Amino acid sequence: MLSLIENWIDIIANIIIALLLLSGSFFLLSGSIGVIRFPDVYTRLHATTKGATLGISGLLIGAFLFLYMQHGIISGKLLLAIVFTLLTSPVAGHMISRAAHKAGIKPVTNQRTDEYERAIQNQKQQQK
Amino acid sequence: MAFQIVINLVIAVMWMLLSEAYTAPSFITGYLLGILLLLLLNRFIPDTFYLKRAFKIAGLIMLFIKELVLSNIDIVKLAYARKPEFEPGIFALPTELTSNWEITLLANLISLTPGTLSVAVSHDNTYLYIHAMHIDDIDDEINSIKNTFEKAIMEVTR
Repeated sequence: MLSLIENWIDIIANIIIALLLLSGSFFLLSGSIGVIRFPDVYTRLHATTKGATLGISGLLIGAFLFLYMQHGIISGKLLLAIVFTLLTSPVAGHMISRAAHKAGIKPVTNQRTDEYERAIQNQKQQQK
Repeated sequence: MAFQIVINLVIAVMWMLLSEAYTAPSFITGYLLGILLLLLLNRFIPDTFYLKRAFKIAGLIMLFIKELVLSNIDIVKLAYARKPEFEPGIFALPTELTSNWEITLLANLISLTPGTLSVAVSHDNTYLYIHAMHIDDIDDEINSIKNTFEKAIMEVTR
């Protein structure tokens, strides 16, 4: 009876791990497809920052659960890696988009508003 | 807050010494007992109970995970759409947060929510410039950010 329950727990854990790994890689894939298909730097950055963050976290959580269920290892490195991806990925997106804006790249097509550009212009006028 | 944590740790160590079992489980038992004591004696100790703030931090993390999943679903929809439609633009978000730490947290949270990406912070730290996928509903966007994230961050830090 007990072995039956353990068996079931094992199966359910495996299904959860597989789902986590699959969804993680799916989000990474669609992020990459987004990078190819989206029109300009900013929209592409949307795809990379968001897709990569959740994709990598999913993969790492899957790996963590796998190591814990199969080998009984609690891997602190994987948890740390998740924390650092969550911290660094949006910062990278922020810096790249700011650099792109400073390099003078405009958001693509029927663009309606660019408050940042206006603020920079205002400041320049004030300095003069 | 730090004072309460110190008290809690002292109680845990004392529990370990009294029960003469220097293991992790006995430390955890002691810590839980310490939490109970702090709850009971809350009136005599300065500041509110520190776990309240811990719960708020947990709430912020849950909110963050929810928004992250939603934004990914958004990206997936756009990536596989036959003709992805964009109305991109950059809008300014006035913020009441002041310290560097809070603004960094807000910018990170904004970057990972659906349809928005923080581009820059103004020099006097009063405006965040945000790139949006769909610029049509700026007011809605500003209101939702102000009501959810800014409020949650303020509850944690103040």
